[in-house]
Amino acid sequence: MTSTTMTTPTKAPRRRTHAAREAATGWAFATPVTLVLVLLFLAPIVLVVIMSGSKWTLLGGNQGLNGTTNFEKVFADPMLLDSIWFTLKYTVLTTVILMPIALGLALLVQEARRWNNVLRTAILVPSALGIASASVLFYALYSPQVGPINKALAGLGLMDQNSSLLGTPNGALWATVFLVVWRFSGFYMLLTMVGLQAIPTDVYEAARIDGASRWRTFTQVTLPLLKPTIAMTMIMSITGSLLAFDQFYVLTKGGPNNSTMTVVQLIYRYAFETKRDLGMAAALSVLVLVALIVVNAVQLRAMGVTDKEDK
Amino acid sequence: MKTRSIVAAVAAMSLSLGLAACGGGDTPGNNGGSPAASIPADGLDDGTELTMWTRAPLERQAKNAVEAYNSTHKNQVKLEILPNDDVEGKVGGAIQTDTLPDILAGDVVRIPYWVQQGVFADVTAQIDGLDTANLQKGHIDAGTLDGKKHTLPFVTDISVMVWNKDLYKEAGLDPEKGPATVDEFLSQAKAVAGLNKSGVAGSYLAGQSGGALVFTLFPMMWASGEEVLNEDGTKANVASDNAKKIYAAYNDLAKTTNGLGAGSKEETGATWTAPFQEGKVGVMQYPYTAVTGLFDTVDFEIGVAGIPGVEGNQSTFLGGDALGISKSSKKVAQAWNFMSWLMSDEAQQKVFADNNDTASSLSVLENGYADADERTKIANATIKDGRAPVAVNFNEAFNAAGSNWQLLIQDAVWGDGSQVDSLNEQITATLGG
Repeated sequence: MTSTTMTTPTKAPRRRTHAAREAATGWAFATPVTLVLVLLFLAPIVLVVIMSGSKWTLLGGNQGLNGTTNFEKVFADPMLLDSIWFTLKYTVLTTVILMPIALGLALLVQEARRWNNVLRTAILVPSALGIASASVLFYALYSPQVGPINKALAGLGLMDQNSSLLGTPNGALWATVFLVVWRFSGFYMLLTMVGLQAIPTDVYEAARIDGASRWRTFTQVTLPLLKPTIAMTMIMSITGSLLAFDQFYVLTKGGPNNSTMTVVQLIYRYAFETKRDLGMAAALSVLVLVALIVVNAVQLRAMGVTDKEDK
Repeated sequence: MKTRSIVAAVAAMSLSLGLAACGGGDTPGNNGGSPAASIPADGLDDGTELTMWTRAPLERQAKNAVEAYNSTHKNQVKLEILPNDDVEGKVGGAIQTDTLPDILAGDVVRIPYWVQQGVFADVTAQIDGLDTANLQKGHIDAGTLDGKKHTLPFVTDISVMVWNKDLYKEAGLDPEKGPATVDEFLSQAKAVAGLNKSGVAGSYLAGQSGGALVFTLFPMMWASGEEVLNEDGTKANVASDNAKKIYAAYNDLAKTTNGLGAGSKEETGATWTAPFQEGKVGVMQYPYTAVTGLFDTVDFEIGVAGIPGVEGNQSTFLGGDALGISKSSKKVAQAWNFMSWLMSDEAQQKVFADNNDTASSLSVLENGYADADERTKIANATIKDGRAPVAVNFNEAFNAAGSNWQLLIQDAVWGDGSQVDSLNEQITATLGG
């Protein structure tokens, strides 16, 4: 290489190189995030979609594409509708019970002056337990052999000493709902408290000067301003309930007689228990994913959170 | 045009038939016994490290076997214990990534499916070189496909009838006489229930554990002269007249105050052996591997007998684990050294008989228990009448949570029994019949 062959670059290319450099810098900054997104989020989803369209058994591995066969098999399973219905029922129950309790506790803790910290800690303690550990704890508590709850209820004449809370479909459902409410109330209370504290005090002062009653203040000021927080906690609660697995896996194994079978438990069964078919499990996972996207979109729209305009 | 589509169809068919023919057994790495030729009869003991998986319920026996081998051989076996419920997932994952251990032990009811899916290496030549007539046959049969043998017995776990002699005395029963028929089982359980002691029940059943129900109720059917499955494991026969008599006995107990222990109906198997251990159950079927551990630890006397049928006789479920060499293993000769050693009478005596556990060698069963507990001899005597059911889809039909078999028992014992026949049909459909 000699210097004679080198041409002096004109201005335009220099600008271009400058732009190119800027673009490169931009890419350099964006690449790590993009990589993380692609590797951790997009790739698994693409893999699951591919798996759902493949003959892919647990022990046999991937045996090539088979179109919509897995989806047809899933739709042909009589347990599918039962599990969807049960999951919805459980979701509505937990959300309807959890949300007011969380809001009530948050208001209580905010109002309480004296025992504020003690209360807060006491309510939060269950959240420190993993859901699986909490389930094992309640399994023991509910057990007619070793747990106190049966004996207590039998002593009060509310149930037969020899029957068991988890022995009937309704008992198993409510026993699980109770566990989940106990486990998550404190957590949702904390989220709601953050929302409450974000409401400026002058709004409340204005309401007081206008002579609004406490109830009126709550309904006209607190609730509207809490809307984004409530929307968030609701989405978390609904999504969490639709994906319920651990608590049922530990407490009921889907029983008695498959009456507490959630959709995610069915995915687990397809993969590891009954069908040992990863393709079917992936197909149902794809269906659940689509359902969740739809549910969340509907919720966000209904709560008006997506509207950016000031009203 | 037409010809072309016919040719295509024929090609597709022959292709799929070809695929079906080699689906399962003939996966790469499982090339029908070709390593066999170069392996000495006792395998190789050259200081290789071997890996082995087994499941938690049989941890004690597995550790005894591995420790005995490691202390007398240059090869060293590294044992990994898997939780019972995770076995299938873990084996599945390891197959996809070709990271199976050298030696894999598994629940005998899962083995036929694993063999069909090509999990094990074919060791027909090696197994044929052993004195198989002297080995418990069920665990070899479970791993036999199209005449090719893949597995040997590892731990034989049998089910027996146990009763609490102290409760029997209290109830005015002869503490030395366990039930010899299903009717006697019912009347003895009812006598204990009649004590009306807090928390004490006549019997106990794991109402939501298909595996435990198979282990405890199949022997009653076999002892009554019934076959539970047809020869090739595609047809269920759990709605026979005798089966219904057995269910009726349990139904009677379920309706009796304190007849079946609290929690029976929803027992998922996690705690099904606990109530008897705590002295709260009169009489029930029990895994013998768990009984031996109780002799010295509980504060009541335990009686042991074979599981009776409707008219008498006795049978047992030849459960437990079979073991084979995985298709991933690069150390087949060394792994075979462990397996063939374990089949020797010397090892069977040391590992099993001396620990009051059930040996898989018939001669050891016959002669190796001279100093053993009398009850171990009673349990061992039932093995000749025992069975291990073999079906590729056994797990889905019977063992899986919420299986049709489990639903059938729920209906027969705690319901009105109206669905027993139709559920039996559905089990057959699941089995592939």
